[in-house]
Amino acid sequence: MNYFGHVLTHLRKDLQLEWRSRDSINGMLFFSLLVVVVFSLAFDPTAAMSRQIAGGILWVALLFASITALNQAWTRELRNRVLDAQRMSPAPPSALFLGKALANFLFVALVEVVLAPLFIVFYNLHALGQGWLLAVVMPLGTWALVCNGTFFAALGLRTRNRELLLPLILFPISIPALLGMMQATTAILTGEFEPGLWIRLLIAYNIAFTTVCLLLFDTVLNAE
Amino acid sequence: MQRSRILGLVGIAWFLLTVGVLAQATRMGLLLAPTDALQGNVFRIIYYHVPHSMLSLLFPYVNLFASLFYLYWRQRDPLKALTADAWAISSAEVTVVYATICLWTGMLWGRVTWGIWWTWDTRLTSMLLLWLLYVSYLMLRKLSATGQTQTLAAVLSIFAGIDVPIVYMSIRWWRTQHPAPIFLSGDPDAKMDPSMLPAFLWNLAAWTMWGIFILIFRYVLERRRQARDQDAALLAIEASLEMAK
Repeated sequence: MNYFGHVLTHLRKDLQLEWRSRDSINGMLFFSLLVVVVFSLAFDPTAAMSRQIAGGILWVALLFASITALNQAWTRELRNRVLDAQRMSPAPPSALFLGKALANFLFVALVEVVLAPLFIVFYNLHALGQGWLLAVVMPLGTWALVCNGTFFAALGLRTRNRELLLPLILFPISIPALLGMMQATTAILTGEFEPGLWIRLLIAYNIAFTTVCLLLFDTVLNAE
Repeated sequence: MQRSRILGLVGIAWFLLTVGVLAQATRMGLLLAPTDALQGNVFRIIYYHVPHSMLSLLFPYVNLFASLFYLYWRQRDPLKALTADAWAISSAEVTVVYATICLWTGMLWGRVTWGIWWTWDTRLTSMLLLWLLYVSYLMLRKLSATGQTQTLAAVLSIFAGIDVPIVYMSIRWWRTQHPAPIFLSGDPDAKMDPSMLPAFLWNLAAWTMWGIFILIFRYVLERRRQARDQDAALLAIEASLEMAK
C-alpha cells in the first residue's frame, strides 16, 4: 500500500467511527450554536455592527468548538491501546496524522456548513465584498486550526490536564492564523478593504505548519 | 573536583564584575546622561527598556538552537541531549523574565508619554505574543509527563520559532504606533543622540552580562537536577536488582 493508501485507510476509519457515534459533530454543533447565541446577547447585532464583528465571532465560535472535538480525537486511540498498535505498525506515522487531521477538517467543515445559514439569519448578514471568497477563506482557516490542533492534541495526549493544555499551546501559536482569518472574513463582509493579503498569509501559514507537523509527528508519537 | 572549583571561582568573578558594571550603568543612566529635550527625565527608562527588549529577542534563539540540537542528539547521544535540554529550559525562563521586564517598563513609559498603559500596536503586540509563546512553553514543560517533557518541549520550541516571524509580519500589516527602532533603521529622525550613547551602551553591556549570568546559573541548577534524577534512577534500578536476587 502506498502512502496515500495509508492516509485513506486512516481517514475512512475515523469517518466510520464518527458516523457510528456522532459524538464530536453533535457536540461541536450545539456548542458553536450556544457561542453564537451568547455573543448576540453581549453585542447588539444590528446589520452594520454585526458585519464588523461577525468575522471575529464566527471564528471564535469555531475555535472553541473545534477544541472540544480535537480533545476527543486521540482519546479514541487510547482505548484498548490502539495507539500502541499504531506505533508498532510499519505504516508511516505521518499518514496516521494526515488521516486524522483530514477527518477533523471534514467534521469542522460540516459544522460550518450547518452553522453558516444560522449565522446569516441571527446576525442579518449579507456580504458587501466578494462573497465567493469566503469559499476560499473558510477551508484555509479551518485547516490552519485543525492541522495544528490535531498535532498538539497528540502532543498533549499523555500529559496531565490534557483538556486544559491543548488551548494553552494551540492559541498562542495560532494567533497569526486567527488574525488572518478574522481580517479576511471582516474584509469580505464589510467590503472596506482587500482580503488578498490575509488570504496569502493563511496560505503561507498552512504550508509552513503542515510541513512541520508532518515532519515532526514521528518524534511526538514516539516521545519517550 | 579541581575543574569545578575553578569554574565556580570564574562564576563568582563574573557575578562581581556584572554587579560593578550594573552599578556604573545605573549611574550613567540616572545621573550622567543628559535630560531629554522633549520627555524630561522620564525618558531615562529607555536605558532599561531597550536593552531588555533587545535581549528578550536574543534568548529565544538560544532556546531554538538548543531544541534543535536536543532533537538531533536525542537518540544518537542522550547525554549531550540532556545538556542541550538544560540550555533550552534556562533560556526559555530567561526569555520570559526579560520579556516581562520589557513589557512592564514599556507600559510604565507608555502611561506617561502616550497617556495609556497599553495599545495594540505592532511591537507591543508581537512582544506580548512572544511572551505568551514562551509562557505556554513553560506550561507544557510543567504539565507533561516525565520522560516525554524534553522532546515535546523541543517540538513546541520549533513551532514557536516558525511562528515568531509570521506573527511579526502579520501584526505589522495590522497596525503600527510604537516609534521606529533607533538602531539599524533608515529613518534619520529616529536616531539616538550621540550624548546618550555611552549610557546606553553601558546599560546594554550590563544587562547582557546579567542575562548571561542568570542563564548560566539556571543552566547549572538544571544540570544538578538532572544529575540528581539520574542518581535516583540508578538507585531504583539497583534496589530492584537486589530484590530480584
